[in-house]
Amino acid sequence: MKRIVLLTVVLVALFALFACAPAPTPAPTAAPPTAAPKPTDAPKPTDAPKPTEAPKPTTAPTQAAQKVELRITWYDDGNEGAVMRSLLDKFQAANPNITVKMDTVAYADLNKILQPQVESGTPPDLARVTDLARFQGYFLDLRPNLTNAAAWEANWSPAFLGALRKPDDKTGLYGFPTQFTVSGPFINRTLFAQAGVPVPSDTKDKVTWQEWVDAAKKVATATKTPYAVAMDRSGHRFWGPSLGLCAHYVNGLTETKFTIDTPGFRNAANMLIGWHKDKITPPEIWVGGGGGYAAGNTVFVNGQLVFYFSGNWQVGQFAQQIGNKFEWDVVPNPYGDCGSTGMPGGAALVAFKASKNPKEVAKLVEYLTSDDVLAEFSAKSLFLPGSMSLSKKGVTYPSSNKQMNVFLKEVGKLMPESYYLQFNALGQTLNPEMRDRLSQAITGELSLDEAIKKIQQKMDEAAAAVKK
Amino acid sequence: MQSISSQTSKPEWLSSNLLLQPFLWAMSWLDYILAPLQNLIGYKRMAYFFVLPNLLIFGIFILIPMLLNFYYGFTGGDSILLENRPVVGAANFEKIFSCQDFFKPNTCAEDLFWRGAWNTLTFVVFQVAFIILMSLITALALNRDVRGRGFFRAIFFYPVLLSPVVVALIWKWILQYQNGLLNAFLVSLGLTKVPWLLDANWAQFWVIAVSVWAQMGFFTLILLAGLQGIPKEMYEAASMDGANKWRSFWNVTLPLLMPTMTVVLVLALIRAVQVFDQVFVLTNGGPGTATLYIVQYIYRTAFEFRNYGMAAAASLVLAVVLLILTIGQLLFQRRQEAA
Repeated sequence: MKRIVLLTVVLVALFALFACAPAPTPAPTAAPPTAAPKPTDAPKPTDAPKPTEAPKPTTAPTQAAQKVELRITWYDDGNEGAVMRSLLDKFQAANPNITVKMDTVAYADLNKILQPQVESGTPPDLARVTDLARFQGYFLDLRPNLTNAAAWEANWSPAFLGALRKPDDKTGLYGFPTQFTVSGPFINRTLFAQAGVPVPSDTKDKVTWQEWVDAAKKVATATKTPYAVAMDRSGHRFWGPSLGLCAHYVNGLTETKFTIDTPGFRNAANMLIGWHKDKITPPEIWVGGGGGYAAGNTVFVNGQLVFYFSGNWQVGQFAQQIGNKFEWDVVPNPYGDCGSTGMPGGAALVAFKASKNPKEVAKLVEYLTSDDVLAEFSAKSLFLPGSMSLSKKGVTYPSSNKQMNVFLKEVGKLMPESYYLQFNALGQTLNPEMRDRLSQAITGELSLDEAIKKIQQKMDEAAAAVKK
Repeated sequence: MQSISSQTSKPEWLSSNLLLQPFLWAMSWLDYILAPLQNLIGYKRMAYFFVLPNLLIFGIFILIPMLLNFYYGFTGGDSILLENRPVVGAANFEKIFSCQDFFKPNTCAEDLFWRGAWNTLTFVVFQVAFIILMSLITALALNRDVRGRGFFRAIFFYPVLLSPVVVALIWKWILQYQNGLLNAFLVSLGLTKVPWLLDANWAQFWVIAVSVWAQMGFFTLILLAGLQGIPKEMYEAASMDGANKWRSFWNVTLPLLMPTMTVVLVLALIRAVQVFDQVFVLTNGGPGTATLYIVQYIYRTAFEFRNYGMAAAASLVLAVVLLILTIGQLLFQRRQEAA
């Protein structure tokens, strides 16, 4: 009997040892529980918050004195992480009991890291995400802790707020757009000048895709530049031109039935396939991209590309990396028979309901969404602001002001269907599926007919799953 | 019953070595803890105690995930939590095997699974064949009494020490189309650039070549050990019987090396079927899906498309294939031993 008791004690001790081990989620991205207040962590009397930052009446006095750590899972496209850090430092200085840590991960790994964390109930307090619908149901409703929830809500696009809500939820407030993005083209102006080819958009408001491609080809030939045109390997990037060329994926903006096979889609797909057949686009992007997103920014930065279709998030790094090496510019989205549109998008800072510190999270969100702070973030990061009030006031960018303003004008031209594709959960199924199947059509693994059939099959399955 | 430390008396060199004193001190403390336990559960059962930590790790990180994976294979939905996943029976397996013609992946409902499967089969056949051939040739060369033999052995083994990701990045740098080292060299010779990783055939070739380069050192080492185990008298006897070097190789070296070759074959096969990290970095499955192998298909299906059920079902199919291969190898080995 003694032996059994002792053996049980040893086993329990071993299990306790395992149980006390750190959580299986990677330390840098995990949201640790609130640190227990140490006596030394208590704010000094001189550190008392300013009157405007005083805890709300609902906050227990003991909680106000607690040292709270908030974690944000973040990714960087350019310098925005550093800008955000400087803003968070100011927040921390004004709120000594709150520490905000940023766990920066590669964009490609963002969802792979967040998904298991969110589903297992150990997400960070906040995260910067682009796939807005992905974590519906896991977000923290900020309303109870916002000073004026109605005024706060009025400052954001309903389409954006709706993307974070489950279909039966019409009121929850879960996060805000850190920036609004629009897809659109960049050109290497220096190459146009060297080739003596006029930039089509300098003399004409509505330039078609064909006109841009022809001009870029002339420039590439004259200047012996390796490539004339390129588009990022992304379904999102392809959607804009395809809508302009008369693709229609949904009949109404509440539909779950997607239709892929339209003459407009075929036109757009054939245009992309044709670029590869004519060898005027870098094959590394769509052919060599394998199974993931691939951008053509390095080819453009290296001066090996005339016309590059990407989006305003590239402005910051182009300004930094290209510098005075050549003159680059942003031009309006090209036209198709059905008009011209880029694609909306952007990143949002969302809060998760598993957070142990909802009040502090709301306080941080209110700070980050104040006009001054968001204006500073947008200006220094070269982002388009997602807030209504800032859109009205405008943002003065310290550099690349002209280029950013071209993108700002594109916001007004966005087609309603572009919003639907971007902010609908089914759009997030269509994006990678279209990207990968088009790649297969480009390499010849699938005919365009087969690719369309495969995309349609996938979307039908996804729509059926939504209905269930 | 003996205490652990008292079972063997310490040799004099052990007691007198100052450097070992801290360890001896630690051991004597350990003895305080383990001796009562040994008294309690018995000397023989101590073995179970010592394997317990490893068994727990095996259970937590391998056995339980395997069982979970089995269950996932029969569920649907996009949630990672079991409680939120509806049971769909064999629907995932039905979709995998829903095919008009298995040799034409485009006719299959889950065409990427079959592309991955056929690509993997091609990779396995060529990679294993080349790796055995190259390793054997290298082992035979290094087994000879050549000058700088140790240096060459180190050179061939060196890539094995590199991480697969590092290997892939090095070769990506060499093989890139636009700014790759190899194409820069070709251009300097006045030749045109070759899309090494952007053409399906070239990409498949390079994926195999890089993999052979990275792994052959390991297999060479095993074969070298096998070659050195062959008694020299056998060659002397063959020579006295008038056998030339070629005949000696066929009738002495190869038959006596066969058990080692079997080990190499099995290890190479299992490694080849599991190919992932190196190819993921080198081509990411491209161009198109030319180098999409089955493990990458499973990874993408689970973590990019969140179809965990399908990914689990595919990994179960892969497990069955590996099981058949392993049983086949065991039967083959037993038959060889019996012969």
